[in-house]
Amino acid sequence: MAEPLLKVEHLSTVFSLRGKTPFARPVHLTAVNDVSFTLEAGETLGIVGESGCGKSTLGRSILRLIEPTDGKIVWQGRSLTDLSDADMRKARRDLSIIFQDPIASLDPRMTVGQIIAEPLKVAEPSLGRAARRERVEKVMEEVGLAPEMANRYPHEFSGGQAQRIGIARAIVTEPKLIVCDEPVSALDVSIQAQIVNLLKALKERMGLTLIFISHDLSVVRLVSDRILVLYLGRVVEIGPRRDVFRRPGHPYTKALLSAAPIPDPEVARTRERTVLEGDPPSPINPPSGCAFRTRCPIAQDVCASEPPPLIPVGEGHRAACLFAEDVVRTGEP
Amino acid sequence: MTLYADKRQALEDAFIDREEEAGLPRGKPRSLTRDAIRRFRSNKAAMAALVVLVFIVLAAIFGPYLIPFDYETPDWSAFTAPPSLASGHYFGTDQNGRDLLARCFYGTRVSLLVAIIATTVSVCVGVLYGAVSGFAGGVVDSAMMRFVDVMYALPYILFVILLMVMFGRDVFLLFAAIGLLEWLTMARIVRGQTLSLKEKEFVEAARAAGVSSFPIILRHIVPNLVGPVVIYATLTIPEIVITESFLSYLGFGVQEPLTSLGTLISEGTKAIGASDWLLLFPGAILVTLLLSFAFVGDGLRDAFDPKDR
Amino acid sequence: MAMSDTQDTQPLLQLADYRIAFATPDGAVQAVNGLDVAVRPGETLAVVGESGSGKSQTFNGVFGLLAGNAKTSGQALFEGRDLLAMSPRQLDAVRGADMAMVFQDPMTALNPAMKIKRQLSETLTIHRGMKRRDAEAEALKMLKAVGIPEAERRIEQYPHELSGGMRQRVVIAMALLCRPKLIVADEPTTALDVTIQAQILDLFRELTADLGTALVMITHDLGVVAGIADRVVVMYAGRVVEEAPVEALFARPAMPYTAALIRSIPRPDREVEAVEPIPGRPPNLIHPPSGCPFHPRCRFAEDKCRRERPPLGEVAPGRLAACWFPFADAKAGTRADAAKEAAHG
Repeated sequence: MAEPLLKVEHLSTVFSLRGKTPFARPVHLTAVNDVSFTLEAGETLGIVGESGCGKSTLGRSILRLIEPTDGKIVWQGRSLTDLSDADMRKARRDLSIIFQDPIASLDPRMTVGQIIAEPLKVAEPSLGRAARRERVEKVMEEVGLAPEMANRYPHEFSGGQAQRIGIARAIVTEPKLIVCDEPVSALDVSIQAQIVNLLKALKERMGLTLIFISHDLSVVRLVSDRILVLYLGRVVEIGPRRDVFRRPGHPYTKALLSAAPIPDPEVARTRERTVLEGDPPSPINPPSGCAFRTRCPIAQDVCASEPPPLIPVGEGHRAACLFAEDVVRTGEP
Repeated sequence: MTLYADKRQALEDAFIDREEEAGLPRGKPRSLTRDAIRRFRSNKAAMAALVVLVFIVLAAIFGPYLIPFDYETPDWSAFTAPPSLASGHYFGTDQNGRDLLARCFYGTRVSLLVAIIATTVSVCVGVLYGAVSGFAGGVVDSAMMRFVDVMYALPYILFVILLMVMFGRDVFLLFAAIGLLEWLTMARIVRGQTLSLKEKEFVEAARAAGVSSFPIILRHIVPNLVGPVVIYATLTIPEIVITESFLSYLGFGVQEPLTSLGTLISEGTKAIGASDWLLLFPGAILVTLLLSFAFVGDGLRDAFDPKDR
Repeated sequence: MAMSDTQDTQPLLQLADYRIAFATPDGAVQAVNGLDVAVRPGETLAVVGESGSGKSQTFNGVFGLLAGNAKTSGQALFEGRDLLAMSPRQLDAVRGADMAMVFQDPMTALNPAMKIKRQLSETLTIHRGMKRRDAEAEALKMLKAVGIPEAERRIEQYPHELSGGMRQRVVIAMALLCRPKLIVADEPTTALDVTIQAQILDLFRELTADLGTALVMITHDLGVVAGIADRVVVMYAGRVVEEAPVEALFARPAMPYTAALIRSIPRPDREVEAVEPIPGRPPNLIHPPSGCPFHPRCRFAEDKCRRERPPLGEVAPGRLAACWFPFADAKAGTRADAAKEAAHG
């Protein structure tokens, strides 16, 4: 049986914030809380959740751009978390990230060509200038950018074009895994589709594995094979895309789905909706037991005692709710 | 279904070769520096000041070759002579018969040299120190900045005077002393900028690509510091000129017969009432120099601080 | 749903040949280029468009919030009176009392240094001449009506002590205090989480139904439009390119841009094989394309489209489209292609 490409085991990232007064004890913000999942080569895992759920932190923790405080990351069978700084830098050749704000992720003082070439310089230092330039131009064409644009500066481009530059930079070293952190959220609607299609095409052509982080359920549904739902740093549901969307096992997932705007007036106005009350709790002071219970329509007393474990509700489909099976049963077919 | 099945398809769908609608950037590549230069050029006050500045610098360099007198040879026929076009002493002469215009040329040269060298030292040391401190963060940053704080607390002038007393009145020591004290503020400014730059996504992107810390500082942080550094440097130069003038006025600094604007002013003040021109001319030059630097610095700040981007 | 096709309902807000141009160093930007839009009392009108379509600027102009280098022309008639011809003082009287605006960022309307109580009651004391105590009581009532929990405590707080969603509710409360006849909401939920967005949209629906307020919802999100609008106006390059009741717009779009926009967005409730992006980019407003502004990106563009700009014409009762070759019926459209069916299957 093939070893999964990536195994994340009980990953946690806790931030220590300064207390309100100079002598107060530091406050702990658990951004990522005991997250575990596996990823097979060629899959796209969609990570969804709202602001503050820790999805961006999770993406960066997996790449060790933010150091996780606990847990293990097993990449291609070897531990990533134990690597030294030097070895980690070498490993980065196979790992890439695409950022949400395309223009902010590009150094305004470097030309596009230099920006795209940078990872290549690190990964293949023996490559000569001419060879490097050739690779950069090739990758620019693949993402739909004219190679003559290599001498230009990031601020001369539109958002969609800038994101293409970011994608070019991410694929220039022919990586195996790309973490896409809200890659289309900052773009115009008609451009989003262009970039999403580009990512899908590149994935097919290059055999990439993607972790696609987004708050937009429609986009996630379009690109992902499996879905992971986060709430306040914890995994509340994980499973194959069809199952999670059609038969969600967790009340939060159900609420998310029912809140997602549907561009179809008939469906939008007649569908059954669960509108959550109130605001998400603060990650500094999460509720005891199940973090979702303060807004959950089916919360019971028992939910306050312990965070619920992930209960299987289908093939490869699990939800962290004591009443997951009921949720699935009452869901829409 | 639209997928980028092949390159041609990809290019067509992105309309790369439909020039008129492509919306691709056109014209020469517009780096941020070029944009800033363009903005500066449209600032009339700053451009005027720049012209004046350039004129003064050129005059200081080439002026001495254009007049028959030099800064130390006395003209036995004209002691403390007022300025006159006839005698050839356009600025007059001082008590030793030395032509004031020549002395002004040389004095400006010295003052400018001190300023430029001191600024260069302060920029190099300050930028590197501040960038490393800001980027390192944590304990290292705190320690480095505490050192800066301590240095700040030292009485500046006393320190320079101490150096002068210990090592004698060497012009080069003067440059060094001033430079080594000016870098402190530059370091603070650079550290502040670095702290905010460090959080930017393009720095994160570089780390994600596997670039190690020092290359990140050199390739990403330092070039993005150009704006504030240039602005602060242009605003530091006047400060240094004044400091040098002050020290020379006090009697430290450049030695006779070599002179600086400060020395000239110092001599000039002693002659007020009798030969005013000895103070007026060097004073006017100093004031003009400082104002020009101030306007240019202001113009640079406006140019580098893009409100429309 | 307050949908009326009758001509005798006088529109609350009528924009006639409305234009806005900005003078920039690169040239004149024609942000809004001849708009004729009407908002009827009590209805919810969605104005859809992408960046550069002019949707926000249109209403910024109506409220007198444009930048200094803007030039407006045409008419913006509120209950028959031209807002563009009013002095700032007259405009002030209408703004806040009869018309209110809600922005994407609640902090554009909230003063971070003032307690909520004061900001809300100020609106009432100024516009309705109420005494402070009465104003504060009314403000509290409104806070409760917009669903802020523990309203008595919250009213004494400062804006930064509230979450984004709550701040937006406060801004909505502020907008509703004077019982305006029209509220313009410019991307009010774009910055909010999806679950909070659902709450706020529900709130808008309830309140406009209860109070009979007309709502103009400016958005780029077709999902939001589908959920809340009675009628939709689609803008492109500063002009209206389509106008229709909401169901008709989605089911049978008349203009290729609308159809392409609908085809390019994925759905959360269906398995979508792929989406079809609209090629190219939104047009350059300084040098707009000749003829129809959408023709460079339109798969159905013909010669006529490149040469002449299509006027906004009626394609069916109550439906307008600015296209030389609008779809007669999108179900078995004259140019409907199989891909569209596949994308929605």
